[in-house]
Amino acid sequence: MKIAVSSIGKNLDDMVDIRFGRCNYFIIYDTDKGFIKAIANRGQVSGGGAGIAAAQQIIDEDVDAVITGNMGPNSFNLFKTSDIKVYSCGSMKVERAIELLKEQKLEEISQAGPAHAGMGARRGFRGGR
Amino acid sequence: MNIAILSGKGGTGKTTISTNLAVMAGGNYIDCDVEEPNGFIFLNPSDLKKEEVKVDYPVINDNNCTLCGDCAKVCQFNALVRTKKNIILFDKLCHSCHACKIVCKYEAISFKKREIGIIEEGKYNNIICKRGILNIGEPMAVPVIKDVLKDLPNGINFIDCAPGTSCNVVNSLSYADGAILVTEPSAFGLHDLNMAVNLVRNFHIPFGVIINKYNPKDNRIQKYCQKENIKILGTINYSRKVAETYSSGKMIIEIEEYKKAFKEIVKNLKEVFPWN
Amino acid sequence: MELTVISGKGGTGKTTIALSLSELAKDVAKADCDVDAPNLYLFHKGIDIKKEVFYGEKKAVINKEICNGCKTCENICRFDAIENGIINSFKCEGCGACVLVCPQNAITLEDYKTANTYITKTKKGVISRADMEIGAEGSGKLITKLRQNIREVTEDNTLIIIDGSPGIGCPVISSITGSDAVLIVTEPTQSGMEDFIRVMELCNHFGILTLVCINKYDINKVMSENIEKFCEENHVHLVGKIPYDDTVIKSINELKPIIYYENSMANKAIRSMWENIKEHINQIKNNF
Repeated sequence: MKIAVSSIGKNLDDMVDIRFGRCNYFIIYDTDKGFIKAIANRGQVSGGGAGIAAAQQIIDEDVDAVITGNMGPNSFNLFKTSDIKVYSCGSMKVERAIELLKEQKLEEISQAGPAHAGMGARRGFRGGR
Repeated sequence: MNIAILSGKGGTGKTTISTNLAVMAGGNYIDCDVEEPNGFIFLNPSDLKKEEVKVDYPVINDNNCTLCGDCAKVCQFNALVRTKKNIILFDKLCHSCHACKIVCKYEAISFKKREIGIIEEGKYNNIICKRGILNIGEPMAVPVIKDVLKDLPNGINFIDCAPGTSCNVVNSLSYADGAILVTEPSAFGLHDLNMAVNLVRNFHIPFGVIINKYNPKDNRIQKYCQKENIKILGTINYSRKVAETYSSGKMIIEIEEYKKAFKEIVKNLKEVFPWN
Repeated sequence: MELTVISGKGGTGKTTIALSLSELAKDVAKADCDVDAPNLYLFHKGIDIKKEVFYGEKKAVINKEICNGCKTCENICRFDAIENGIINSFKCEGCGACVLVCPQNAITLEDYKTANTYITKTKKGVISRADMEIGAEGSGKLITKLRQNIREVTEDNTLIIIDGSPGIGCPVISSITGSDAVLIVTEPTQSGMEDFIRVMELCNHFGILTLVCINKYDINKVMSENIEKFCEENHVHLVGKIPYDDTVIKSINELKPIIYYENSMANKAIRSMWENIKEHINQIKNNF
């Protein structure tokens, strides 16, 4: 099984970044082959739609599961359509989160929360960027 | 002649000034604060006509699409995503730029239109009142603002802009021949006025300042305007009576003292903005 | 430890509350994520210890030496941003359509400066803030940067108070994700209530500890009761009710935080609210 974990750093002993869309890196890990690589999150540098940019990147990596802390409904629905499972964990090392997943101790997010008004607002997000 | 009314900071009384000024000067009232268009609460115009504001969004023709993903890659706004099965559109992120269609090699993209807001136009006595309303949940106000402003009535138009110095204000300003900056005598007011002044100066149009919630003990705005050589068009006192009149949705020029103040402003306006 | 103060609607007193709490806390740092009206730093004179240019958008740039004036780009641009081979950066949205159609390959999309970011040292802790360029937008990316900046210069157990963006859009999401607690400042008005509900749903979605403060609660007591009831039903904690107080305006004009006006009603209410907030925060972390 191929897994992507949102991470503060590039290594397995770095902490999980609990933000999905704006995390620093994704660590790509294979349960058979071990650590594959760390990729910089493109969502972090995008003005808007960070979660979507991040999700596109993960979908392109062809993973089976994602581990992160928080995820907005846009990204979640993309993973659902792509048959990628999403697991939620708290603040811990990436390797620990992967272990917990292997032991089936991580909670799978199976339902999207309320959409955050589709990125829109009456005040605030004015330019759409 | 189009006069834009701006304020650096929110809550300075921009709408109060715009509506009362329009009535007093016999000009039209145009509400471009499309995320919170409140002017009609006071003017309550009759014979409202409504028109939808629509924007383009891409539609993927699955028969032609090869899932190459070029459209998703080219989209600067992350509005398109390629999954293994299809291309998914996040319509609220789309800027209707058509880059996806340009890049598509398989003629798989066409466009449809969707509503993001409406424009209303009516009359209050003899003046025309027009406003744009952005639908709740829609992030992009600029197309609505452009639609409101592209076709303005003759005469003097008072354009009530969004607060701040964002691109909504920039777009409104590009249609203006002059500007009125509304501020209040406080440290926040001065700070945000300065931002608005810097913005307006980019447009090389005449402008002046109105001090709302005027407090004779605080002259920081006057000092600033003197230093920057900016004309003060008038001052509006703050009183409980104004707050009450405002909260009951009435025009403050119904109060004699304020009617005078607005008359004075209209007189000064004619000096700063040449119109007949 | 991060506490984000947000409001939904603008003008509810968010900055006043954020500032007061940061005055009351002992070991504190601030991030001003209300980048359209960045007023938090006005209260304390400080020294900028770090300044960086922030590139928040992309804009098209035409290489005049290669451009042959064919105007293909002008015709394709949906934003009327190109005139006689010159890009109007106020109008350009950075979509890149012109880049795609230019037969000379004379146009590129380039990073565009939207703000300067600062870390400013004051007597009352450090503050991370931004100074936006004219006409630029506060994006989620900028908010993320401001929060990153403050984390880099603070210890783990310092309380970081974030003056969040107004609204409920992308910048707000960036203000609250990953923070430990959110304080929603609302006011008892119809528009205040509507925005409050939307912003609360957002916090719920991200599963963040949500605290609520009703500012100027006494200007409409019926509406305040509705807000209270709503909080109860939705299991969010109402931690403070601040009365309307003219001293607040005075405090802003004198640039002296409201908590230093001893007789002020708002001051008293804010102080007791802080005690409530501390309890909630201590429940999540016991180290300050």
